[in-house]
Amino acid sequence: MSGAMGFLLWVKGPMFNIALAIFAIGLIARLVEIFLLGRAPNYAEPRAGEWGPGLRTMLSRTIADPGTFKRAPFNVVVGWVWHIGFLIALLLFIPHIELFKGVLGLYWPGLPNPVVDLVTAVTLITLLATLVHRLWHPVKRRISTTEDYLVWTIVFMVVLTGYLAYHRLVEPYPLALGMHILSAELMLIMLPFTKLTHIFTAFIARWYNGAAFGRKGVQS
Amino acid sequence: MSGLDQIPVTIESSASCSARSRDFGNAPAVLNQIRDALERLVSSGEETCIDLNAMPFGPGDLERLTELLGTGEAEASVEALGPTRIRETGIPGVWLVDYLNAEGQRLTLHVEIATVPQILRPQPQDLACAIERLDARLTRLRDPAHSPLSS
Amino acid sequence: MANLKTPDKTLGEGLREIGLSRRGFLKFCAATASMMALPPNLVPAIAAALEQARRPSVIWLSFQECTGCTESLTRSHSPSVENLILDLVSLDYHHTLQAAAGEAAEEARLQAMEANRGQYLVIVDGSIPGPDANPGYSTVAGHSNYDILMETVEHAAAVIAVGTCAAFGGLPQAKPNPTGAMSVMDLVHDKPVINVSGCPPIPMVITGVLAHYLTFGRLPELDAYRRPMAFYGQSIHDRCYRRPFYDKGLFAESFDDAGAKLGWCLYRLGCKGPTTYNACATMRWNSGTSWPVESGHPCLGCSEPGFWDDAGFYEPVSVPIGVTSKTLIEGAAVGAVAGAGIAALARKAKKEAVANRQPVTIDELEQKL
Repeated sequence: MSGAMGFLLWVKGPMFNIALAIFAIGLIARLVEIFLLGRAPNYAEPRAGEWGPGLRTMLSRTIADPGTFKRAPFNVVVGWVWHIGFLIALLLFIPHIELFKGVLGLYWPGLPNPVVDLVTAVTLITLLATLVHRLWHPVKRRISTTEDYLVWTIVFMVVLTGYLAYHRLVEPYPLALGMHILSAELMLIMLPFTKLTHIFTAFIARWYNGAAFGRKGVQS
Repeated sequence: MSGLDQIPVTIESSASCSARSRDFGNAPAVLNQIRDALERLVSSGEETCIDLNAMPFGPGDLERLTELLGTGEAEASVEALGPTRIRETGIPGVWLVDYLNAEGQRLTLHVEIATVPQILRPQPQDLACAIERLDARLTRLRDPAHSPLSS
Repeated sequence: MANLKTPDKTLGEGLREIGLSRRGFLKFCAATASMMALPPNLVPAIAAALEQARRPSVIWLSFQECTGCTESLTRSHSPSVENLILDLVSLDYHHTLQAAAGEAAEEARLQAMEANRGQYLVIVDGSIPGPDANPGYSTVAGHSNYDILMETVEHAAAVIAVGTCAAFGGLPQAKPNPTGAMSVMDLVHDKPVINVSGCPPIPMVITGVLAHYLTFGRLPELDAYRRPMAFYGQSIHDRCYRRPFYDKGLFAESFDDAGAKLGWCLYRLGCKGPTTYNACATMRWNSGTSWPVESGHPCLGCSEPGFWDDAGFYEPVSVPIGVTSKTLIEGAAVGAVAGAGIAALARKAKKEAVANRQPVTIDELEQKL
């Protein structure tokens, strides 16, 4: 048995298992490593608590300070828009919720499809804008690595194939859906080993920062 | 007793079920298709036939469509390979042609946009031998050797 | 079955001989067009072609099957028209339907093959234990299914695989496939193979394909799975009257909630409509009465390859097959051990580096650059 349906059954079956296993092993290995290594011991006497400032910084660093916004409004606005769009499409599209329900047993209410569709379209456009900006902006272009482009490509592919599958713009549909699932699986596989790990480590890093400042009695 | 009586049964009032006239909104699309065809019939005489059997209708859609088209003055029936019922709708030039088999089951249902539906007209091959057939009867009439036609 | 040679009479002549008027013939063509899922404006072309068509010999082979496909065909909804079509083919061999039995039956098959060499159609229902499988799983008159298929197909004009078993392996091929079941197209490579999948296929689709062959003298346009585009060209989802509810995001969550009663989309209840290509949504079942989605049940995807081995019938299309949180937990456990190991190695390396630290002068560093 070959063809589009065979491909779909493969990505839904064995390939999904492989991707999920690599993702789980890689991500937990990295997180455990980070936590076990911890920070260098600080022998100075703490001036204040760590927990409060740590948690507060997790939130405060999420919103750019006015200075950053003034220097790079594009990065802030477009970055926010596509991150939120991506999260809405990932977490609130009903077929995706069914997937979480199937794998994790957890579920929550979703959004109507046309809303998710609109958000996805906006996400696609903003993702394209980030690429154009990255190529056009001299500093950004200079500091971009192959990994950055690779990460952009896989994120874009996941959203694009999802959009194509939803609108059934690729025939036959099992091929369209299979490509979407496969790109999501590639993203899962790449996640622990690239900058995509920030999905899980960004808030940990912010906590460490805030905690360190708090200990020193510095406002963060 | 068996466990049957433990199954909770709720009875809904029949009014809430049957009175609800439901359709899935496919009738207007077909009506627009018919309107297009009607325009072509009026302007160039081009006839169109739409197979309603091939439409992805939900329950109630067909009823809604026929209700919207209404009923006209003409009605006809053809007996060949089971009955075929032809009905003019409330829109002149728009016909419903219902092809049934001998057991009265629907083979297919067409909307024909034409001055006269195809199946009512004599078929060209039949028309070709019509004069021949009438001549045969005339000959028999003139020839006293033959008795008058009974059929 | 006295005369197994294809008669020289055309279909039009044959129909008029049994007293069908020209209006009746026109009606027959209208019904045939509808059955072939062709637009009514092709009726005159169909009439002209059918007038000239000739009656082909058909050999029907039944292998690992449940006879559901034959049941579907013989209970098709418009007996007069479909009987006419079936009368217009010469069904020379069919286990279930033929009167002959034993050696006489096998003889009929061989005779039909001989008399219509290169011209006859072979219809297969059921899958076949492959050449490497134990032939004893399914035999007819002491011959393995594989041998009979290969012998019969050798001089056929074309092969029509009726039902998902013949088309894709179907139920017998479901994991772990104990009989080594294979589909017709897995085995027959040098003849045109046309798949009429479904469990069972819609009866009108079976006769529609025959009608197409009769009408145009060739096989219809096929999709990637060699299924006729006319019937399998669009997915159930695309032709579904409940599609607007999917687009609005209105789903039935269980079989008896308010959404189910209002006829909302069945995606969350496991409908395979999005990945299934078939004509149920327009042709319907049981004299055009209804079809699974209309009666409130999700599509099982019976006309697609591997439909038995897809995730459960009541799992939505987006849910992966055979994946549970167990994979995630096991992966996490392995990851935790690996992470702890890496961390331990890193600490050790750091300790060693601290212990063996050597001072570096600026000159040395500049030399390295």
